[in-house]
Amino acid sequence: MTPVTRQSAAISARGVTRAFRSGSQVVDVLHGVDLDIRAGELTYLIGESGSGKTTLVSILCGILWPTAGDVRVFGTDIYTLSDRELTDFRLRNIGFIFQQYNLLSSIDAASNAAVPLIAQGMRVVEARDQALAMLEKLNIADQAEKLPSQLSGGQQQRVAIARALVHAPKLIVCDEPTAALDATSGRRVMNLLREVAIQRDRACIIVTHDNRVFDLADRIVELEDGRIIDQGRQLSETD
Amino acid sequence: MIWIALRMLTGDRQKFYGLVFGVAFSTLLITQQLTIFANLLERGASGVYNVPDADVWVMDPATRTIEVAYPLPSTALDRVRSVPGILWAVPHLRATASVRTGAGNLEAVAIVGVDDSTLVGLPPRVAPGKVAALTSPGSVIIDDVGAGRMFGVGNPVIGQRFELNDQRAVIRGVTDSFPNFTNQVTLYTRYSEALSYVPGTRNRLTFILVKGDGAMTDQELAHRIAKISGLRARSSEQFADDAIEYILENTGIPMNFGITVGLGFIIGVAIVGLTFSLFIRDSIKQFGALKAMGVSNKAIRRMVTAQASMIGLIGYSLGLVGTALFVWGFSNSATFKGFYIPWQVPLISFSAVALILAATSRIALNRLMTTEPAAVFR
Ligand SMILES: Nc1ncnc2c1ncn2[C@@H]1O[C@H](COP(=O)(O)OP(=O)(O)OP(=O)(O)O)[C@@H](O)[C@H]1O
Ligand SMILES: [Mg+2]
Repeated sequence: MTPVTRQSAAISARGVTRAFRSGSQVVDVLHGVDLDIRAGELTYLIGESGSGKTTLVSILCGILWPTAGDVRVFGTDIYTLSDRELTDFRLRNIGFIFQQYNLLSSIDAASNAAVPLIAQGMRVVEARDQALAMLEKLNIADQAEKLPSQLSGGQQQRVAIARALVHAPKLIVCDEPTAALDATSGRRVMNLLREVAIQRDRACIIVTHDNRVFDLADRIVELEDGRIIDQGRQLSETD
Repeated sequence: MIWIALRMLTGDRQKFYGLVFGVAFSTLLITQQLTIFANLLERGASGVYNVPDADVWVMDPATRTIEVAYPLPSTALDRVRSVPGILWAVPHLRATASVRTGAGNLEAVAIVGVDDSTLVGLPPRVAPGKVAALTSPGSVIIDDVGAGRMFGVGNPVIGQRFELNDQRAVIRGVTDSFPNFTNQVTLYTRYSEALSYVPGTRNRLTFILVKGDGAMTDQELAHRIAKISGLRARSSEQFADDAIEYILENTGIPMNFGITVGLGFIIGVAIVGLTFSLFIRDSIKQFGALKAMGVSNKAIRRMVTAQASMIGLIGYSLGLVGTALFVWGFSNSATFKGFYIPWQVPLISFSAVALILAATSRIALNRLMTTEPAAVFR
């Protein structure tokens, strides 16, 4: 396998630490993480509960400031940006798939999938048209006019995936997408993500500790107690 | 994002209706109470409004309002008439008397003695009797609201006879006039007639009504009359204000209405504030996701402002329509005769609603601004 270097990496973190204050104590959750992630691959971030996966992925996608260290996303040193610039950077470059989907409950599936475009200032009608095309790709165009509450969990997740992809972001992050699903559904979602999310110029990081789907990753990064212990394992080595 | 914000708001039917209801109820309470208050206050000055012909009211220096009046010596009339700049000056008598109704009850009424020859002092609209009939002895004209009170609404009034301070009187006409503050029955007679109905001291002249020749403002004329005659003189406008001020200073009415209006405000704050913060609390995950996805705080602020404005506009309009319906619905009742919504009142209730919503969305926003986008992954 080819090692990922900082030059070839789409996402690159150096010396990332993060401390949380709990009461009078300061707890270090990440201890100087160096990490490079390539575009065009599906990268898993795995590790035991509490190892810092969510913390790390939050830092990589620009929603949590590291205590120290820097993160480059497609060449942009994101934590040198101002708050406002960083927010705008996320709006244009990052696609999120949240575990609980976090769809807006009072707008229909198409509008939900269109939110990133609407937030970028696109007119609602146009944004919905584009979202509809994305729902088509995900095979749920027929549900476009239903409210989230009228959709099954799997359908909601597809809408959430459509929303993460609709604005063609450069980085897709996803925290535990299969945690609540049975083995078959979990594999189906991962396969779907491989199908629709992977692109040559896009990085895709999925946090999971679901070993049933490890074989579907291109690369697996393992975290233990806030340190990377394995960077870039391939499928054959994980089992 | 505004579109999304409004959909978020209306999507939660229950809270949306609760919010609109809260604002509407608050608006209704505040607007309606202020309307009644303003109209009641104006009734304190109805005696002045009912004589639009008079530019200046002249009175004893101790007199404060129409209801709180002391007599003038009859020589006062000549003194006033000699002031330059006056077109005419006529005597005007205000007193109370008691009437024995058909049922045998005694009731206190207000007697107004109007100028014998010109009938100045009579409200401009008298129907359906003839004003001229007032010239025959023992004739009185009754105010319409008082007529309803005394004889029952809708019953014939013209030709009714009764005893006024033990003298016979017959009703020849009914005015269409502003009811007075105390809801007292008002009887208009000629000045000379009034003197006989109201026995008492030599001095029974209470006011002198003056029309200026138009060379100066009413206030300037009043000032001149006061200076030359040594009496108190007020322009109609001033005298109406005096009456309103008197009520404000000497009754518990402002306090009572103030409490109700304050309650309306507090209820608004309570219902709207609570419901809105519930709504925000329930949508905090959704707002958090939006923030993570890159929706700026500025955009969130705009969204909440749009939500608050929508609640405000709908609720306020409903409240205002409610007040208008109330005023319209009761426009035929004697109690609310002539009621209207002064333009200041909707402005005041609008400010109150704006204040309620500004405070409420402020608190909600504080919460949203401090929500960490990273919280969505937890
Ligand atoms: N906001 C916070 N404040 C304080 N401590 C935190 C905070 N966020 C995370 N932590 C702590 O940091 C550590 C790592 O948390 P993190 O959520 O990154 O773990 P994780 O690997 O995602 O675990 P899981 O698999 O259970 O989701 C935990 O011990 C957690 O208690
Ligand atoms: Mg986690």
